[in-house]
Amino acid sequence: MTRHSLTVTGLCAGYGDTDVLSGLDLVVPTGEVTAIVGANACGKSTLLRAMSRLIAPRRGEVLLDGKAIHHMPSRDLARVMGLLPQAPIAPEGITVADLVSRGRHPHQGLFSRWTRRDDEAVAAALTATRTTDLAERPVDELSGGQRQRVWIAMALAQETGILLLDEPTTFLDIAHQIEVLDLLTDLNETRGTTVVMVLHDLNLAARYADHLVAMAGGRLHVRGRPDEVLTEGNVRAVFGLESRVVTDPVSARPMMLPIGRRRIAEAADGRSVDPQPTGSGAPATSPGWVGTAP
Amino acid sequence: MSALDATIERLAGARGRRARRRRLVVLALLALVGSAFWLTLSLGQSYTPPGEVLRVLFGEPVPGAGFTVGELRLPRALLSVLAGASFGLGGVVFQIMLRNPLASPDIIGISWGASAAAVIAIVVLSLSGPIVAVVAIVAALAVAVLIYGLSFRNGVAGTRLILVGIGVSAMMESVIAYVLSQAPAWTLQEAMRWLTGSVNGARLADALPLLLSLVAFGGMIAARARDLDVLRLGDDTAAALGVPVGATRVLLLVAAVGLIATATAVCGPISFVAFLSGPIAARVFANDGSPLFPAALVGAVLVLVGDYAGQFLLPGRYPVGVVTGALGAPYLIYLIVRVNRSGTSL
Repeated sequence: MTRHSLTVTGLCAGYGDTDVLSGLDLVVPTGEVTAIVGANACGKSTLLRAMSRLIAPRRGEVLLDGKAIHHMPSRDLARVMGLLPQAPIAPEGITVADLVSRGRHPHQGLFSRWTRRDDEAVAAALTATRTTDLAERPVDELSGGQRQRVWIAMALAQETGILLLDEPTTFLDIAHQIEVLDLLTDLNETRGTTVVMVLHDLNLAARYADHLVAMAGGRLHVRGRPDEVLTEGNVRAVFGLESRVVTDPVSARPMMLPIGRRRIAEAADGRSVDPQPTGSGAPATSPGWVGTAP
Repeated sequence: MSALDATIERLAGARGRRARRRRLVVLALLALVGSAFWLTLSLGQSYTPPGEVLRVLFGEPVPGAGFTVGELRLPRALLSVLAGASFGLGGVVFQIMLRNPLASPDIIGISWGASAAAVIAIVVLSLSGPIVAVVAIVAALAVAVLIYGLSFRNGVAGTRLILVGIGVSAMMESVIAYVLSQAPAWTLQEAMRWLTGSVNGARLADALPLLLSLVAFGGMIAARARDLDVLRLGDDTAAALGVPVGATRVLLLVAAVGLIATATAVCGPISFVAFLSGPIAARVFANDGSPLFPAALVGAVLVLVGDYAGQFLLPGRYPVGVVTGALGAPYLIYLIVRVNRSGTSL
C-alpha cells in the first residue's frame, strides 16, 4: 500500500459561529497508530471531522500528500483516506457482506461493474476482522462487538492507506474494546495502514498508540511517544486531574492511575486522603485490593 | 489462501443468487404492469377482443373500439403507468434520502404544493398545457425549500421535517379548497382531481410531459442511484466513502420534486402512491439491490389497478386517488404505531 502523509496547519474549525479548534498544527506519523486524547469538548472529534473533510476549516488546511483535501474530488480522497464515524447507520435488514461491499464504493465508477478485485477486497476484509461466518447475517441481529468489527471491515474493504476512527471502542465492553484495538494494530502492522483514532481511555490509548496527541481547549497540548505524553503533569494540565503514572506491567507502557477525592488509600504525597467514616465502630481500613504504598 | 478463495467464491455465489432473484421479481412486476395495462385496454364497460386492441394500438381505424380503446382507455392506461412510476420513484428517493418512510412527498406537503400551484395556474391564471407542469414544479421546489428552511436547526432532523411538512400539507390543502370554492363553474370531477388525484378524462397529449419528466428526472436519479444507496449509511459514512453529500442531495431532491410535481400537475396528487410504493418494493425485494426501479413499477401497478378498481370493481365509480387513499391510510397508521415502537429506516 502506498504511503501517504497527512498534516494539519493552522487549523481553525467549529460549528455555527464558534471555533472549537483555534490554530492547530499536527503532523500525523505515516504508518503509525496515533491516538487523540483529551477532555470532553476539547475538540478531538472536531479535529477528526476536519481531517476527514466532514467539516470545512474556517482557516488553515488539512494536507494530504501536500494537497489541501478540501479541494480534492470526494472519490479520490475516499480511495486514500477512510473514516469510521461515531454513529454509522446500518439500513434495516442489510447483510454483513452487503454492508462491507459498500466499502468498494469509491473504487467503482458510474458504469463499472463489480469485479473479482472487489470480491477479493471484501473477502480479505471479512477475514481480517474474523466476520466471514457472519457474512450472510443481517447486521441488526449482531452484538455490539460484532457490529463494530463489521464496520471496520467496511473501512478495510475501502483499502485506504489512512484510516480515521472516531471513538471506535465506545459502547463496547472491555473484551471487545481490546479486540477492536488488537484488530487495528494488526491492520497497522500487516498493511502498513496509518491509523488515527479518538480514544477516551487514556490507558488503552497509551498501550495501543505509537503516537499520542493530547488536546486541551481546541489546541494541541503535547504530542509524542506515550511515555513522553502520559505524565502526571500533562494529565493535570489536560484533564485537571491528579494522578500517578506507573509502568504497566503487561505492556511496559505508561499507565495512569487517577487520584480523585475518594477511595484513596495513599495519595501521591504520601498523605492519607480518604475520609474516614465516623460514628460506626467498624474498622475503616482500606480494602486490600487497593494495594499499599511503598 | 484457500480459505480466502473459498470466501471469495461464497461472496460471488451469494451475489449471483441475489441478482437472479432480483431479475425474477423485476420480471414478475413488469408482467404485472403489462397485464394490468392490457386489462385496462380490453375490459371496461364492454369487452374488446385482443385482436381489435392490437389493431387500435397499431393505428388502424377500428369502428367502435377505435374510440373506446384509442380515445378512452389508452390515454388512461398510459397516464396511470407514467404517473404511477413518477410517484413511486419520486417517493422512494425522498424516503431513502431522509431515511424515513414517513418522509414521502405526499405526507410532507410537496405533492400538495404542486397541486395547489396547478389549481391556481388553471383557475386563477387560466393557464393550460405544459406551462401548468412548470408552475407546479417551481411551486413544489419552493415548498420543499420552505419545509427544509422551517425545519432547519443545527441540521435537519427527520422527525422535525415530517411534522413541519404535515403542517404545510394542511395549509396547501386549504389553499386548494379555497380556490376550488371560488371557481363557479367547477365540477366535482375536476375538484376531486386536485384533492385526491384522478386519471379521469385523460388525453394522450397529457402523457408527453410525464414521459419527458420521467426520462429526464428519472435519468438523473438513475445516474446517482449508487450514491443514494450509500447515503443510507448516514451522511458521515457516505462522505467517507466518496459521495459528495451536499451536491447529491440537492440533485436528487430536484429530480424527485420534478417527478412528483409533473405527475401532480397532470393527474393531481394521487393519494399515497408515493408513500406506499417504496415500502412495498423494499418488502418484496428484501435488500436484493436498489429499490428505485421496483418502486417505480409498484407505483405503476398501484395506479393502474387502483383506477381499474375505482371504475369497475367497486360499487359506484371513484377516482383512483380515493382507492389508493383507502389503501394507504391504514398503512400510515400502522407505520406511525411501529415507528413509535422502534426507530426505523427504509
